[in-house]
Order: sequence, then C-alpha cells, then structure tokens
Amino acid sequence: MPKRTDIKKILIIGSGPIIISQACEFDYSGTQAIKALKEEGYEVVLINSNPATIMTDPELADKTYIEPITPEMVAKVIEKERPDALLPTLGGQTGLNTAIGVAEMGILEKYGVELLAADIKVIRKAEGREEFRAAMKKIGLKVPESAIVHTVKDALAAVEQIGFPIIVRPSFTLGGTGGGVAYNMQELEALCTAGIDLSLNNEVMLERSLLGWKEFELEVMRDKNDNVVIVCPIENMDAMGVHTGDSITVAPAQTLTDREYQQMRNASIAIMREIGVETGGSNVQFAVNPVDGELMVIEMNPRVSRSSALASKATGFPIAKIAAKLAIGYTLDEIPNDITRETYASFEPTIDYCVVKIPRWTFEKFPEAEDVLTTAMKSVGETMAIGRTFKEAFQKGIRSLEIGRMGFGNDGKDSLASMDEADLEKKLVTPNSQRIFCLYEALRRGRSVEDLHGLTYIDPWYLNNLRQLVETEAAIVEAGFQGLTRDFLRRIKQQGFSDFQIAHLTGTTEDDIRELRLELGQVPVYKLVDTCAAEFEAYTPYYYSTYEMEDESRISSTKKVMILGGGPNRIGQGIEFDYCCVHASFALKEMGIESIMVNSNPETVSTDYDTSDKLYFEPLTREDVLNIIEREKPDGVIVQFGGQTPLNLAVPLAEARVPIVGTSPDSIDRAEDRKRFQQFLQKLNLKQPANGTARTMEEALAIAERVGYPVVVRPSYVLGGRAMRIVYNDKGIREFMASAIIVSSEHPVLVDKFLKDAVEIDVDAISDGEVTIIGGIMEHIEEAGIHSGDSACVLPPHSLSPEMIEEIKEASKAMAQELNVIGLMNVQFAVKDNELYVLEVNPRASRTIPFVSKATGVPLAKLATKVMMGMKLADLGLTKEIEVSHWAVKEAVFPFDRFANVDTLLSPEMKSTGEVMGLDSSVGIAFAKSQLAAGQKLPDKGNVLISVRNADKPAVLPLAQRLLNLGFSILATSGTAAYLTEHNVECTMVNKISQGRPHLLDKVQDNQIQWIINTSLGSRTTEDSYSIRRSALDYHLPYTTTTSGALSMVRALETLRQKEIQVKAIQEYF
Amino acid sequence: MKALVALEDGTIFEGESFTGAGEASGEIVFNTGMTGYQEILTDPSYKGQIVTMTYPLIGNYGINQEDMESARIQPEAFLVKEYNAIPSNYRSTMTLAAFLQQYGVLGVEGIDTRALTRHIRKAGAMKGVVSTKTLDPQQLVKMAQESEGLVGRDLVREVTCQQPYGWSELGPRNSEGFATASAGTYKVVAMDYGLKYNQLRILAEKGCAVQVVPADAGPDSILALEPDGIFLSNGPGDPAGVAGVVETVRELLGKKPIFGICLGHQILGLAYGGTTYKLKFGHRGSNQPVKDLQTGRIEITSQNHGFCVDLESLDADDVELTHVNLNDGSLEGMKHRKFPAFSVQYHPENAPGPHDSLYLFDRFIEMMK
Repeated sequence: MPKRTDIKKILIIGSGPIIISQACEFDYSGTQAIKALKEEGYEVVLINSNPATIMTDPELADKTYIEPITPEMVAKVIEKERPDALLPTLGGQTGLNTAIGVAEMGILEKYGVELLAADIKVIRKAEGREEFRAAMKKIGLKVPESAIVHTVKDALAAVEQIGFPIIVRPSFTLGGTGGGVAYNMQELEALCTAGIDLSLNNEVMLERSLLGWKEFELEVMRDKNDNVVIVCPIENMDAMGVHTGDSITVAPAQTLTDREYQQMRNASIAIMREIGVETGGSNVQFAVNPVDGELMVIEMNPRVSRSSALASKATGFPIAKIAAKLAIGYTLDEIPNDITRETYASFEPTIDYCVVKIPRWTFEKFPEAEDVLTTAMKSVGETMAIGRTFKEAFQKGIRSLEIGRMGFGNDGKDSLASMDEADLEKKLVTPNSQRIFCLYEALRRGRSVEDLHGLTYIDPWYLNNLRQLVETEAAIVEAGFQGLTRDFLRRIKQQGFSDFQIAHLTGTTEDDIRELRLELGQVPVYKLVDTCAAEFEAYTPYYYSTYEMEDESRISSTKKVMILGGGPNRIGQGIEFDYCCVHASFALKEMGIESIMVNSNPETVSTDYDTSDKLYFEPLTREDVLNIIEREKPDGVIVQFGGQTPLNLAVPLAEARVPIVGTSPDSIDRAEDRKRFQQFLQKLNLKQPANGTARTMEEALAIAERVGYPVVVRPSYVLGGRAMRIVYNDKGIREFMASAIIVSSEHPVLVDKFLKDAVEIDVDAISDGEVTIIGGIMEHIEEAGIHSGDSACVLPPHSLSPEMIEEIKEASKAMAQELNVIGLMNVQFAVKDNELYVLEVNPRASRTIPFVSKATGVPLAKLATKVMMGMKLADLGLTKEIEVSHWAVKEAVFPFDRFANVDTLLSPEMKSTGEVMGLDSSVGIAFAKSQLAAGQKLPDKGNVLISVRNADKPAVLPLAQRLLNLGFSILATSGTAAYLTEHNVECTMVNKISQGRPHLLDKVQDNQIQWIINTSLGSRTTEDSYSIRRSALDYHLPYTTTTSGALSMVRALETLRQKEIQVKAIQEYF
Repeated sequence: MKALVALEDGTIFEGESFTGAGEASGEIVFNTGMTGYQEILTDPSYKGQIVTMTYPLIGNYGINQEDMESARIQPEAFLVKEYNAIPSNYRSTMTLAAFLQQYGVLGVEGIDTRALTRHIRKAGAMKGVVSTKTLDPQQLVKMAQESEGLVGRDLVREVTCQQPYGWSELGPRNSEGFATASAGTYKVVAMDYGLKYNQLRILAEKGCAVQVVPADAGPDSILALEPDGIFLSNGPGDPAGVAGVVETVRELLGKKPIFGICLGHQILGLAYGGTTYKLKFGHRGSNQPVKDLQTGRIEITSQNHGFCVDLESLDADDVELTHVNLNDGSLEGMKHRKFPAFSVQYHPENAPGPHDSLYLFDRFIEMMK
C-alpha cells in the first residue's frame, strides 16, 4: 500500500525540556520521525521548547517552533500553519497530554486536523485507569486490583477484594510523603489512619502489592493492516516496586521459557488490538509471579517511550522511524530494514548478545532526599552496555556510569567492607542507588544466593551471575600477576573485568595489565549489532566490543575522526553535549571525513546508528577508548564536545600519543589549573575575584580570612558545581572541608571571594587560532552565586552598557588568543560595580552552545568542528559577530517535585535537569514564554505572597508597587509586611506557619495565593521559609526564589498586558 | 574439558564441554531463537544435525516436564556461547547439562557462536565433528569430511514411531485406535515423519481424535482407519531420501483432506510432482516473516528446515502458492487446486516460537467438516 497522499503537512509535538522520566530519548525519536517524514516528501511542522535538541535544528523540520508546549501555543501553531495531521505519539507523555489538551479545546476539529497513529479514544483507553482495567478484563488479562477510599472502614472492606500485601498511597500529600505496604489488618489500619490524615483531600489509594514479582516489558509495533511484531522483550533485574526507569534492565528477557514468553507476546498483541493503537509502537509492562508464573498487566504506553529508545538501540530496530512511516500508511512489509537492506521491518529482531541498562542517579545533588527507589522514577539518565554475556555487559555498564567505578567492585573505590551486617541488609532490602555495590559486598562476605534473593527479590539467575564475578575475583587474587596466563586472562576479560580491576586485584597498575594483555594478544574484537543474529549480512557499522574469536570491524583507510560522547545524562551534563557531538559528526560528514562516534548513552541522537559513519557503543574509559583507537587508528580524536567525560580522558589519551584535535590538552589544563590560570589572567591584565587554593582546613580558613567572607568554596575538577557552596563564616568552611566529597577527593579545594549582587555573564566564542568570533553573550537573570546552569539568562544582554559589552568581547578574544583556542571556548564573567571579573574559562563546548546556536542561527558546534579540522572562520563565512534583533531567554527546569523533603532554593550547586528557550521580539514576552515553557503558570490576577530576607527588601519594594499597579493584591509575612507598610506599599500580613492559624499554608490550600516570591539566606534558614517554597511546588503555584527573577516576571506580566503572545518559527527569524 | 569443533572446510572452533567427554558428527546448523532450547533439542527434525544457538546465554531456565516435543533429545550435539549452570524458573526440574547427559548428547560452551553462524551463512551449511576425544584439528577435519551428510539420507526411519499410538492431552497413549482422553469430533491420522508433540496437542485441543502411525504406514492401512483428515508431520533430513512416503501420500491425495507441515509439506510437493532443493543454510528460528497471500496478513513464524519445495517445479494449474517468506521470497505454503490438501513449510504448532499461525489448524478442521 502506498503512503497517504491526502495529507501533506504534519505537526509533531516534542517533549520539551529534559526532566526526570523524559530525557534525550524523545529527541532521538523525534529526530528520526522528522527525517522519516521528510524523506517521504511531507512538510513537517515541529513545536518543541527545548533548544538543546537536534530535532529543533532549523534544517530538520520545515517549520520549527521553539515555543512553550502548551495546548494554547499548539493551537496557535495550528491556526498559523494549518497542518493536515498531528502525530502525537513521539513527544513522550508531554506530547500526548498536550495533544489531548488541543483536541479538548476543539482545535483539531475546527481546523480539520487528523490525529495520526492513535486517536483520542485510544489514548484515553490506554491512559485512563478504569478504562484500561476494563479493557484488560475484557480480553481475559489480569491487572492488580485496586481501590480508592476515604475512610479506614472502606479500606478494611476493600482489602477483601484486593488481598495482602497491599500498597497504601495517600493522594496529594505535601512533598509526596506517606504511604507504605501493609501485610495485615493492623498495619493497614495504621497506615490508612495516617494516610487519610496526611492526604489533603483525605484520600488513599489501595493496590494489590506485587512486591517481589518479576517485571518485564515488551516493545510492540502494529501497522494499519493489523500486523503486529514484538521488537524486544526486556527483563527488569530489580523486582516490582522499583520504577522501570530506575531498574537495571536486561535485553532480551533471560529467565522466561519460550512458553512463558509467548504467553506474554500473545497478551501484548491482544492489548494492542483491544486498546486500538492503530499504528506505531507501544510499550506493555507485565509482572510475573516467580512462584507460579501468574501474569499481570501493569500498564501500556501507546507511544514511543524511554524503553522503546532502549529497545531500538539494543536491537538496531529503529522504532520511532518505523512508527512514523506506519503512521502515514505504510505497512511493516513495505519498510526496508536499513541494517540488512534485503529484509523488511516485518520481522522480530533477534539478538546474539546481552544488553544491560543501568540508571544514573544524582542523589548527591539532593542530600536532603532519601536515597530510596520506589515506583516514582528518580534517575536522570542511563547507560547501556553490550556484551556477549550478562557478566560482561553488566561490568561494562557499571564502568559507563561515570561514577568513578571500574566494574562490579575491585576498583579500590568506596569500599563497604566496614559496613555492619545489619546496615548492609537494610540497604539490600530497600532498593537504593547503591544497592548493586551492597550486593557485591554481601556476595564478597559469602552470603548465599538464596539468602540474597530473599532480601532483594532479585532473580537468582542474576545473583548467580554476580556471584560468579565475585568467584572470579577470588581466582584472580589467588593467581596473582604471575598467574595471568593467556587463557585465564581471556576468561577474565570475557567476564568484563577491566584492566583497572585486574590491576587492583593483582597489586599492579592498569598499564601493567594492558601491556601483558597486548603481549599475550588479548585484545577485544568488535561485533555488529545487526537485528538478526548474523542470519543476514549487516551493512550498518554499529559495534560493541567483546573478547571472542572473530572481529567484524571494517577498518577504512580514509581520513577519519573519532568523537567521544558524554556518557549518561546527569545533572550538569546532559543533552547539550550530545547535541554538540552530533553536530561534530554532521560537520565531518559535510567535509567528507569519516566520523566515528563512541558513547554509552542509549537515549541520544549520537548513538543512532545513522548519525555517524561508525558507532561504537562502549564505555568512555581510557581502556575501552584506547582499544578502539588502536583498532581504528583515527587521524584525530575530538574531546571538547562531550562535556567533562571525554575531557577527563584528554590527558591520558594525549599521554598515549593519541592525536587530540583542536585546542591542546595543555591549554585545557592551563584554564583548569588554578595557578596557571592565575598567571594567565595576570598576563592579560584581567581581574578575577580574590582567591586561593587550599589542601587543608587551615589553608582554607586562611584564604577566607584574606579575601573576606562570603566566599565560594568548591572542589576542583568537577562539572555542574558539584558540592559548590557559598559560605559566610569559619563554621561554614569547617563544615565544607569536613564533608565526605572533599575528604575523599585527591584534588584541592578552590576558595573564591563571592561577588555579592554581581551580574553574571556567559560568553561562547569560537576561534580558529587566528580569529575569534563571539558567538553569543548571555546575561544571567539570577545574580552571581547561582549556578550558571540553573540561572535563567537573556541573549543579548539587557542591562549592560555598550562599553561593558565591548570590554567583555575584548577580554574573551584576548583569552582565546592566549590559550590558542581552536574550536569553542566558554567564559563566565561577573560584573560588579562596573568592574569585569573573570570567573572561569573553559576552552571547550559549553552547556549553552545549543541555546546560542538556536538564538543566533549560527551552528557553532558544527563550525567549531570544521575549524578543528583546519578550516578558517573566514572560509566558513563567519567574519563578524552576529547581531540579533530579537530576544532569547533560557530558563532552567528542576526536578524538585521528584524528591520529597527537598528545598527549591537555587545555589552554586547545579540542580536543573534541562532547559527551555523563549524567543520573541520583546524581552518581556520572551521571558514569559520561557516561564510557560518551563511549566510555570503566569499569574494574571489575585494575590502575590511576598516573603523575603532583609537584604532583598529594598529591591522588592518597587516590584510590589508594580504588582499593585497591575491589579494584584500583596500578601506578606510579618517582616516583609512591616517593611512594605512602612514604605507605603499596601499589603496584608499573613501568618507564618509558626505564628498560628490561619497561616499561609491555609491560604495556599484555599487557592488564595497565585504567586509566591520567597528569598532566603542559604538553605533552610527557617523551616517556615522551606514550607512556603515546598507548598508552592506541591500546589503547582508559580514561585520565584530570587528578586531578580521576580523582577523579570513582573516585567513579563506588564508586557503581556499590552501584547498577546504570538508564535514564530525559527526559520522566520534568520 | 576442552572440546574442538571441526568443519569439513577446515575451520576450527574451540570450546569447553559442559557435559563431559563425547564425540559427535552431523550437519552444523544455527537457530536464531532467543528462547526455546528445550523444544529445539527435542525436535526430531534436528536428527543428524549439530545445533548451535545464536543467543549466547543458554540453560538459564533449565529443563521442565511440559516443554518436551518428543520423548528424547534429537540433535547429535549442542553448541553454545555460555552455559548457565544454575537455572532459575519455577517449572525447572533439571539442568540442561543433566538433560544432555541423560541422553548422552555432547554440550559444548565457549564457542564464538556468532563467528560460527557467520561462517555458515557465508559458506553454507556443512558437515562437522565436535569432540573432546580427538583434539587433533587435522584429524577432526578429516573425520568431518568423511562423515555421512544429510543429502539423500533417510533419517525419518530413525525418528518415526515403531508402533501406532493414540494421543491424549496427557501425552502418547499406546493403542491401535483413536485413543484420546476426550474423544474428538474429527478423526485424524498423523503420519509421523518425526513429529513434534505440540502438533498433536493442538489437534487434540481443537477437537481431534488423533492416531499416530509410522512413516511407512501404507495408504490402505491409513484409509482403513476411516479418518476425517490426514496430517503429515515435520521430520528430519532430505525429503527426497525418504523411502516410500511420497507414493503413499500420492495415493491419499483427493481421498481425504490433507494438512502438511515442514517435511510433510515437502513430501506433498514431491507427491504433486514437484522437486525440492537444499537451501544454503536453511531457516531456523522464531522470527521468520511469512505473508498469507489469501488474507494479506503477516505472521511471524517458527521455522526449521534446510530443504525447500521448488515453486518452479510445480504445475500452476494444480498447485497454488498461498504463503511466501518475506525475507527471501521462498515458498512457505501451498494448496492443491483440485484436491483438499494444503501445507506450510514452517511450524504453525510453534513450540518454540510465536503463536501467530494457529489458524492453519482451524483451516484443516474446516476442511474436514
């Protein structure tokens, strides 16, 4: 059947900023889909607020709206573009929910827009709790029983139906707290009594607990002729109770017989048909009772998902691309399989390796949050590893995590040997981010598999495999370096042990093992991911390493460059760096140079097999990267695009005589090393805040004494402001120096004078070694002291004088010149009292490169790659700075609502997971858009609660007056109220919580507060201040924690009174 | 214990036995299914073959009572990448190693099974020897070259039942008549060329009383049972090498509805006057896409065959192509235009593999109505 010709223009909704549970995977799927639709000749319109995506590159879709993803904005885009159809299944839950919103507004009907792939009825049936349950029962499948109750009596009655163990979940509690599992009537009564009380609407949800059941997922594709294929079965290593996004997962399923697998396959197909997903991919989750095989359906997602991205990377079957082609009318047997070329998409991939996905958490960023994994996802990223055995893939996965671990133990890091048995057991029983290392410790202590299964519910098959690793470890110790024979070494390597681990176990160095390995001819081979277990010839060079007989890599003799990716997403290192790596690859392609990508993050566009000429899905460690380099012998390696991960490899690789292209590792060091950096600035006559480097507490105290409090303290060599803090006194310094991360770090601590109330500036520049061009200057909205990744910023600067801007440009150029930058450079400046200070220089791609590129229309990363390959900026047509006549505002997006008990205050430590961009000809509207895109509601009338620290009171005064002028009423806590009243600003005092009821929480609950402005000194100065912020979060109220942020919001609200928000495609800006 | 695999073209693979000492020869074939090693090991069609699994981790869920497709292990030896000695599954009653040892079948792990598979894909299926006893590569290659191949050989004789038997849901029942636990509506005679129990299970489930007869049962004795339909099973080896069966089937054509699977399908092809040929490396796995030309629907099928009916050799006036393989366009199903007979090359009884093709049994029942 040919594709549809009755539709010409298709609208795609993206998933917006990176948040927990919606990461780069939707850029990957969206990018694939747009390419697939364009390839078929359709006109594609995209809306996505996230500038760091490849899908929002202006050359990808025909019209790209970097606008807030709200039903209202989508409606505006529809009104303007008049698409024939809307494809809602590629933008994650955001895309799906927004599509429903648009449909409910009647917009689709009004403009005759057809929903492709799944109509509203289908989406509701899959997503609606009751509808879904009814559908499952209709086709004879079981779902866990559940009930919603409002009294303890009802709860006790409901359990008759549901059975024990039963999960008790209070609805709508402050900070998402409360609830638990009851095993008997007494426990149920206690939990429900507490839960109903805790719940703001006195409601508790009860559900049959499937604790300890095994969890599986199947990725299913269906075409319009009702042909259905399963792309991949995935097994969760962690049992039910841990969100699949927080579970270690394995593909294919390992512990199912064919009979059980087919039962699941049949169920998935039946579900697909009953729910009625017309075309495309879906994900179905099952729970299986390990005792008797009883099967229950947990949920289905009628769209591409994180799991489908994983399944695509795990099998080589591009689900999103195929889903897009199915949506426009093709059938599975009409879509060729790119990898084999001779076969079609109408088959089920079979794989001949084992894939392990391990989540990456960032609990260290939220010390107040308990490190416990539950049914709400908390990880911010993930890594995938491929091996010929589970053991190999598992160890590769751990060393891909970028947490400093080199495998399953034996790397001399964070030993748990001294943990007492009871604590260890507790950590095994309650899932947490460190559980695999606790498992390692327990196995090392000789705990049995049965025992550990009882504690963790992890299937004995996995535990046995892990136990074998611990046994091998003992064998290595016993053999010692002398005992590392060819055969033994090979066996160890086949179990995924890194050279580093073997060195640790034999008391040698990584280099000793490496040398021995090479001497004994033990090098990895590279095998292909081919969808078909070698049954057909594969044409796509997508490789993984293993220790086997045959190597399948096809080494070319053309000029080639390797790009090192960024590894798993984490806070501080996200999609922005993947964007840069992908652009590097595109640039190389344009230059006719072979591109070789190395990365371990399955969510990304960089690990799509058709992004680069070759893809190595490998951990980014020295050993794994050197192995590939030795095989491929690239002409150059690019380390400056993937963030800190590849940058950390720059020096070790350079020492191994690997040709690093672009800015030299020495220049990188010159900017990173404190002493050298100081000399460098002195040479250029540039100022930096008074500072020093401390190795001991005494040194730190002395420096603080010299430069004066407050000071910023932080460990060197970290990204994302890890552990960075502003301290105001000696006590603060003492606490900081005593904290675990500092004590365990081998790097010194940096102490800087904190420039209070300074304006922070970010500059991205590009240099070819001769000429430097400023790509963009961004002025932060939040004052200095808040991590640049967490601060909103405006391009171009909105408050700096032309002279200051000139000074910034000159300083940046001088530094680029002096560092002999070839490629990109990012500088952070602070302006205080009209003085310019240099805070930091990074001669590499920064987090803001995609934002700047989208804001100015200049693809900096691509140009930088070409420059690194020897081209001159003049050849590339970049001879002068780009002046833009519009405004771009970047706003950060935070994961606070995922973590109970976490404060929302911003600090020098980065906490945001993603970003959005607001683009407009008015700075006010651009800011408003950025807030809408970040999920903030814009208050238009009602009450604004102001509660600020003393230092902020003068600044809040004019702001309050302007709010009154806008027609808002002001509520204020005692101190603020007194100040405002004293200065003749009308306001009403409200009680703090400690001052008795009715207090401000009552007002929040009664819907009497529409916006909260709250600033506070440091973290949790008072519990009151925390409760204010947390209630804003939990009630989804707009809240602002800095006066500068509040001022920008007021300006935006003022602009909105005069102008309506309009949408404009980026292609119309340039 | 060290083990060597030698192919007739001189290629050597090294591994370790996980079942103790042994030696075996046969045609080396690969199966791409990620599950179902127990069903594969008990499928009589693998008689005379050494099976390698492309999925690297084998033994994970052990061996159970229910997933037997015949009474014993059929292949000559079993090659895997990594044997998992400690199974985990609630139905598991023994380990794979113990199962192989019970039937004296050699199991070898540590093989670069992907390299082996690629080799067979490029060079074609070939004879091989696997041994823990003979570790001289050259001698082993010579043994492989001298071993008996599959072409022209009658392996059916080695796997067919010696005596007729009936089938109940509980398993085989020795009997001369149609002995099923619950008497079926349709009487079916199943020609045992090396059948898989799931064929019988499904027929019984769908209301058939099944009588299994040996491959050499003649047309008269079959018709004397007064069946409503005749089922031709799968089986090992070269259809052209099986003595007498083509003639028997030709005799039965038009007299009773006939449904053939795999070797049964090939024998029907020969009975129609066609020819068969050997595929380069066969189809063995659970993911082969087949299109039903009558409905346009695609089914994912379970397959295990090294020979194929030559479409060109059939008279288009007599035989209609009904199913085609979407990977290589090969003939997957056909029906006779004049007589009530149809057949498929693949395994609608699955076990292992997808259940997409069960409708074919319903077509057979329809034919008998």
